[in-house]
Amino acid sequence: MSDARGNGDPGDRPADEAALSARLRHLGEQLDHERASRIPEQDSGARPTVDPSAMARGFRLSSELVAGVLVGAVLGWLLDRWLGISPWGMIVLVLLGFAAGVLNVMRAAGVTTYGEPDRRS
Amino acid sequence: MAADPIHQFQIDNLFPVGKLGGTEIYFTNSAAFMVLAVALTALLLLATGRNLVPGRMQSVAELSYEFVANTIRSTAGEEGLKFFPLVFSLFIFILISNMVGLIPYAFTVASHIIITAALALLVFLTVIIYGLWKHGLHWFNLFVPKGVPIYILPLIVFIEVLSFLSRPISHSVRLFANMLAGHITLKVFASFVTMLGGLGVIGWAGATLPLALTVALTALELLVAFLQAYVFAILTCIYINDALHPGH
Repeated sequence: MSDARGNGDPGDRPADEAALSARLRHLGEQLDHERASRIPEQDSGARPTVDPSAMARGFRLSSELVAGVLVGAVLGWLLDRWLGISPWGMIVLVLLGFAAGVLNVMRAAGVTTYGEPDRRS
Repeated sequence: MAADPIHQFQIDNLFPVGKLGGTEIYFTNSAAFMVLAVALTALLLLATGRNLVPGRMQSVAELSYEFVANTIRSTAGEEGLKFFPLVFSLFIFILISNMVGLIPYAFTVASHIIITAALALLVFLTVIIYGLWKHGLHWFNLFVPKGVPIYILPLIVFIEVLSFLSRPISHSVRLFANMLAGHITLKVFASFVTMLGGLGVIGWAGATLPLALTVALTALELLVAFLQAYVFAILTCIYINDALHPGH
């Protein structure tokens, strides 16, 4: 493109290139600015809530809760088997698993965060 | 007219590829559709040109790159970009295999929990191994929230550990259950059409309702296919963020 123009008018070429590089630099600065303005977003408190559709959101929250309880139940069952303390391992760990599930749901809903901000205090 | 809504998830052995510890390993229809998804991805990313002014397919490829890169940047920060290959592969693989699965008679790879569990465990182990390698034992601070009174700290730590262990479960079950439930619903409504169609003229009139629902559900499934791939990718980013920045 610039070759064709340069061949026709060799005198203009440096000016053209200077203008072009100026434009490129300007564009680069704009992009840098754009990128920089995005960075603060990631540190600001709650995570972006993920799901645009309500059904997906409901599904996500319920699966988080169930997963917590499930992990507690499985670990409790294994603990009972290994240590022979049935049913105490199951009882304690299902309750703790439920707590973990609620924690999962709160995180998934953005009530509390994955990161530090509210834990640091 | 296959009225059995579960039949579509059947695994068929196509041809044997070898033996492992006395078990014959087969190339299945599931594996075939995984290969198809990878081939389509390769086609999209490699065969669409490298022009300065992108064509349609090239701009799809570039948009998907930008989309995933922005997702990672907004959830895990600039450092998260070193995991770009992992997140992008997961996202594109799930997205394309879900889309392919929507075509009638195709197999949906993510409708088997073993597949999604393997993907979720891959992410889970990546987080653990990278976290330990990068931060050493400091990584375990992830489970120790700051500012908690000492007398309930053991309880909190235990709950945090349980919550961490439950991640691969919810991560995999969500994708699997969405795909499974969606495809079964589609199949059930579609079979209503043929059942009502057998009843004569009144049946035909009644069959328009499930037919319309099937069309609408297909559109919904298209959304779900994309959404679940996106959710899987964004959760991967959030978990990787924990490997990068455990609660200091």
